[in-house]
Amino acid sequence: MTDLARTRPESFFSDRFSITSDLMERVLGGNLIGKVDDADIYLEYRINEELVLEEGTVKKASRHVSQGAGVRAQSATRTGYAHTDEISLKNLEEAARQARAIADRSTVSGTLALPSRGRPHDLYTLAEPPIAADLARKLDLLRRIDAETRATDPRIKQVIASITSEEVIMLIATASGWTVGDIRPLTRLNVTTIAEEGGKREIGSYGGGGRVTFDFFLEEGRWRRFAAEAARQAVLKLSAVDAPAGSMTVVFGPGWPGILLHEAIGHGLEGDFNRKGTSAFAGRMGHKVASELVTVVDDGTIANRRGSLNVDDEGTPTGRTVLIENGILTGYMQDRLNARLMGMKPTGNGRRESYAYPPMPRMTNTFMLAGQDDPEEILKSVKHGLYAVTFGGGQVDITNGKFVFSASEAYLVEDGRITAPVKGATLIGNGPEALTRVSRVGSDLKLDEGVGTCGKDGQSVPVGVGLPTIRIDGITVGGTAV
Amino acid sequence: MNTDLLVSVLKRASQRGATAADGYLVEESRFSASVRMREIENINHSREQRLSLRVFAGRASAAASTSDLSRESLERVVDEATALAKITAEDPHAGLPDPATLITRVPDLDLEDAGGDLSPEEKIEIARRAEAAALESDPRVTNSEGAEYSDRRARYAYATSHGFAHGYATTSFGISVSPIASRNGEMQRDYWYSTARKRDRLEDPEAVGRKAAARAVRRLGARKMKSVEVPVVFDPETAASLVRSIAGAASGPSLYRRASFFLDRLGTTIAAPTVTIVDDALIPSALGSRPFDGEGLATGRTVLVREGVLESYLLDTYSARKLGLASTHHAGRDGAGVSVTTTNLMLLPGKTTPQELIGSVKNGFYVTELIGFGVNGVTGDYSRGAVGQWIENGELAYPVEEVTVAGNLLQMLSAIDGVGDDLVLRDRTVAPTLRIGRMVVAGT
Repeated sequence: MTDLARTRPESFFSDRFSITSDLMERVLGGNLIGKVDDADIYLEYRINEELVLEEGTVKKASRHVSQGAGVRAQSATRTGYAHTDEISLKNLEEAARQARAIADRSTVSGTLALPSRGRPHDLYTLAEPPIAADLARKLDLLRRIDAETRATDPRIKQVIASITSEEVIMLIATASGWTVGDIRPLTRLNVTTIAEEGGKREIGSYGGGGRVTFDFFLEEGRWRRFAAEAARQAVLKLSAVDAPAGSMTVVFGPGWPGILLHEAIGHGLEGDFNRKGTSAFAGRMGHKVASELVTVVDDGTIANRRGSLNVDDEGTPTGRTVLIENGILTGYMQDRLNARLMGMKPTGNGRRESYAYPPMPRMTNTFMLAGQDDPEEILKSVKHGLYAVTFGGGQVDITNGKFVFSASEAYLVEDGRITAPVKGATLIGNGPEALTRVSRVGSDLKLDEGVGTCGKDGQSVPVGVGLPTIRIDGITVGGTAV
Repeated sequence: MNTDLLVSVLKRASQRGATAADGYLVEESRFSASVRMREIENINHSREQRLSLRVFAGRASAAASTSDLSRESLERVVDEATALAKITAEDPHAGLPDPATLITRVPDLDLEDAGGDLSPEEKIEIARRAEAAALESDPRVTNSEGAEYSDRRARYAYATSHGFAHGYATTSFGISVSPIASRNGEMQRDYWYSTARKRDRLEDPEAVGRKAAARAVRRLGARKMKSVEVPVVFDPETAASLVRSIAGAASGPSLYRRASFFLDRLGTTIAAPTVTIVDDALIPSALGSRPFDGEGLATGRTVLVREGVLESYLLDTYSARKLGLASTHHAGRDGAGVSVTTTNLMLLPGKTTPQELIGSVKNGFYVTELIGFGVNGVTGDYSRGAVGQWIENGELAYPVEEVTVAGNLLQMLSAIDGVGDDLVLRDRTVAPTLRIGRMVVAGT
């Protein structure tokens, strides 16, 4: 296992499947180059391990291996994609023929893809990949989490703790004639609790991780903090009151509430929707779409983060794209196809869930830069509103810009003071409008703990978000207390 | 059916010290073609296979899966799974179902299309026709996220170390269209789709396109509303999402974890008497049908809710043993192991037409789309983003957006005061139009 994790992608695929860079280039050259605008071959090998503890014992242990190759050919706006889970020369040739059929149905545009060659980053070389860490140590941690979480409060009746670890080895050969590989470790620790009191039950959940070693969870008291947070949230919600209904001032806490940015503006600034004119942000480059206090970036180059990549899934090194600068829309996130068609540069945002899917523009780590305000002062400035610190998932309708995300820990704010916790409620807003109402931005930018997964067109990829404490003057809170 | 491969894998597991084991093999091929603004956009071909294995070392178990079916890889998977099983804890409820309860004859549910394959050109043409119908049906349809045709052929095989080895094959076909309507700078997207086990049961591509266009156009001119508590009518699509939430709360794993608002409610009234929910796995040619569950147990018809009373949970062997009940034969299999899945899940129709349900509302909300994840399965607290039409004096008056609908699922189920007669088994989980007496719609 350790050997596998330390190999170079080129030698891994050549040793195991006899597929070399030369061979991949030959398949591309023989079948695709000159006949299409862009093409690539993507090889992937993935190992996934999941350990789950519930009712005090490790009940579920599983290990999954998946491998495959995807061949893509593009001609003008068309993409042909074929994939197979048996990596062999014969299957690559067959996939290349299937993918190329796209070109036979059209004329080549003649606009060739710009080479986006660049040096891959080195963001997550680890002393020991999490998948290789000793099982006994992982099981021991799960048992300690269980004991500790139960000990925090007698109302905690259930603890479910899980450690997932993954290693992805990828290699991509592009039509522009270069081959690049990456080895991507990823791990996550999650703690879910059920608290009960007087016939009422509530759930709390907390976790974190990234492209880090297993020891990350043991450092800086992380696992204890995750366990304590999961317990605290469940117990807190036992006494939650009905959430208010209607438009009001909302203060967002730092960190994970950055999912606001992901939903409100992130998806709307992905290249594909803007090229097609189907995004609420289409044609608004250079326009004011947020308060001047707001600067938002997507940065795939932060070391060890869940959303970071050395190169994206098209072989382009990731970058730091300023999406909104002082309120002005300045950038889209691009893959090679949409960059080519829009006459822009790829930004290193071409991502895919696995070899089974062609890439498309996706976010990496999306966050708002810190402002000047003292977070406590921001809260004190609110006469009547909501303070939302933890969220569940969100969703957006790209075309009309409406986005939702669900607050799972929130409090009423009265005269600048936090009062009662409220039940979970969905917040709904309009992307191009919501950030124009940002009236305060705190100095306390925090990135999330490393738990985000983003879904688009049926493909899930790990992402990060971040936010300083901010105040938005008017967003609809979907509670039941009218 | 490749049951031989499974049998040899299970044999190796026994040799490695597993006391019992079962395996599931899925082989599938997929094709999809999408067209956008009348041009081909994507064509995808794929061929995949995955073998998942569960092994027991006494009462301890572990799972493993692989998409690499080479001999070396399969041997590695077996060895890893048996090694993992030795480190997990003993669990008195773990184990395969009693071999005597396994299915002995696999019923033919007619899940496979007998017709030949179409050429890629013919498939592209289906997507093109569907999108063209959307673009041509109304001048306000000005853009599109495209139309897609897809098909899938799959073969499933299941075997246990007790000697069970059976399989079956399915096909499925789909058409979907996502047009965009615009007027005065406002853009609205909507979609419609058709899916079926047999290609000739798909709706006509033009009909799918026209319906998608009509859905997008009717959203133009959407307004925000003032927050208000009113009757809410869910269309069949959004009503089906409520049924999915109910099934989640009735599933064994949520119950034994005490993470369900149906805990301790078996045999009690949880919904209005007009509500009956059935899961039926044996409807010929239906999308959710399957001849046996993920543990080789015969599937059938389960009444989940009968006239408002929660009559059954949805259980696999493990969750059933945990709860001191019998499996309801709802085990599902995926790469990660065994879970609980529904088959054809339906809230049965009433006698009122959807027009009558809308007509009965003086001032209320007709919901046609829900977004977000604001459903708490532990408490039933419900708060989701919604799109739809405002009802004034029994008529759909104007479109509404950027609002939420909120309540608690248990209260919502009891407050169902109208069940439509418009149930169509067009997907795995379906419902007719439903009217809920009062819910909070939050807006400005």
